[in-house]
Amino acid sequence: MSPAGRGVDATTASRIVLDATDISRALTRIAHEILERNKGSDEIIVLGIPRRGVPLAHRIAATMASVEGTDIPAGSLDITMYRDDLRLRPARTLERTDIPARGVDGAIVVLVDDVLFSGRTIRAALDALGDVGRPRGVQLAVLVDRGHRRLPIRADFVGKNLPTSLLERVTVTLAEVDDSDAVVISAAEGAGW
Amino acid sequence: MRRHLLSSADLTRDDAVEILDTAAELLSLADRPIKKLPTLRGRTVVNLFFEDSTRTRISFEAAAKRLSADVINFAAKGSSVSKGESLKDTALTLEAMGADAVVIRHGSSGAPHRLATSGWVRSCVVNAGDGTHEHPTQALLDAFTLRRHLGDLEGRRVTIVGDVLHSRVARSNALLLSTLGAEVTLVAPPTLLPVGVSTWPVQASHDLDGALDKSDAVMMLRVQSERMNDAFFPSAREYSRRYGLDDRRFARLPDHAIVMHPGPMNRGMEISATVADSARSVIVEQVTNGVAVRMAVLYLLLGGSTGGQPTAEEAAL
Repeated sequence: MSPAGRGVDATTASRIVLDATDISRALTRIAHEILERNKGSDEIIVLGIPRRGVPLAHRIAATMASVEGTDIPAGSLDITMYRDDLRLRPARTLERTDIPARGVDGAIVVLVDDVLFSGRTIRAALDALGDVGRPRGVQLAVLVDRGHRRLPIRADFVGKNLPTSLLERVTVTLAEVDDSDAVVISAAEGAGW
Repeated sequence: MRRHLLSSADLTRDDAVEILDTAAELLSLADRPIKKLPTLRGRTVVNLFFEDSTRTRISFEAAAKRLSADVINFAAKGSSVSKGESLKDTALTLEAMGADAVVIRHGSSGAPHRLATSGWVRSCVVNAGDGTHEHPTQALLDAFTLRRHLGDLEGRRVTIVGDVLHSRVARSNALLLSTLGAEVTLVAPPTLLPVGVSTWPVQASHDLDGALDKSDAVMMLRVQSERMNDAFFPSAREYSRRYGLDDRRFARLPDHAIVMHPGPMNRGMEISATVADSARSVIVEQVTNGVAVRMAVLYLLLGGSTGGQPTAEEAAL
């Protein structure tokens, strides 16, 4: 899992793709798109995938709530136990799962993650969600879609489509976890995972 | 995390906190409609119980099943052990069946250590109680229960009362709770304190009343008559009067203090029925927490890449 508090090393070839204002605009647009697609906010639950999906989910839910004037439940869904690569690394530390009190049965669940890459995380999230309950529908919102899908998965709401090479690394920092909001693309040895 | 869980003494503070934090996340599983995770699918956990046990065996079985592992229960009674099979031959049989983890309870202290270090099996070994030595998962679930009620254990006072001499629970708890920063006081008659208790990281006392006022938690131990081949105290009644947690002593505890017991209880002996059933007794909660803690242990031992394939360095541990 990602280390806490990412710092962007200025000496490597890296560039900022989205700054704090861009991220804020993208999240506001995603919030509006979610409301538009679902014709309102009835029975919508926003669940972030730890770590950085969780603050994004709370920000999107807060924007939706201020537009609609109602409370939008937000929470987090840990997918560690459902990963398909558990045996490739030492046992990972679990993250928090926090399902809003109403449960997910019959709800429209919007899963939120920072970067959509191979699609394996979302596959795991769908399995995890299935064990929590039976939502009426599941939608996916991501801040950055960097391509290179390995599974038949696509996002419903995308902050920014970012064409990348497999050798590049996309790093999202968020004020809640790191120092500031930014999406940075940098050259790295091998792919992120 | 190491490959085996044999003793509380092997756990560093970071190891222990990792297990307890993992257990805290896994506890929420008990509230879900589907109490199962796919994490250990295809792994085999053998419960190897040479001594009688109700809650520990059921707890390990539930924990392994909730992680989707296959569970094989092996009780010495009714097995080849009663025909004279040795621990080694039993272990070789388990190895041949492809066990990924062996949860062992044995009447002889050190049997789990022997199993883990002998080279007979490649699986992870979890000590589920060996003789009068250790019972680390019980200590972990006690620490977990304490943390849920008292928060951080740094500087908290835990009093462990009763048959310390024969209690693997007391030893494991004394070591683990000290590692986590708690101040442990053992209270027992002089005959039931082990030799060398002065080298433990704890206080020892013979006076229960003196220790109660400042206790954040009191853990009562069962008098293990089955391990006693001598007269350790004059009569059950006298023991109960001096070292039992009765209603009068219960009233002297601070308001936030909790009462624990690893079970099985002898009501009326070390603990009165009123105290055992009171709102501040967390004895039933300890059982619930036990499943979450054992899930955490099995996940951390087996869930990652190291389970079942020891490297040279780990094999040397």
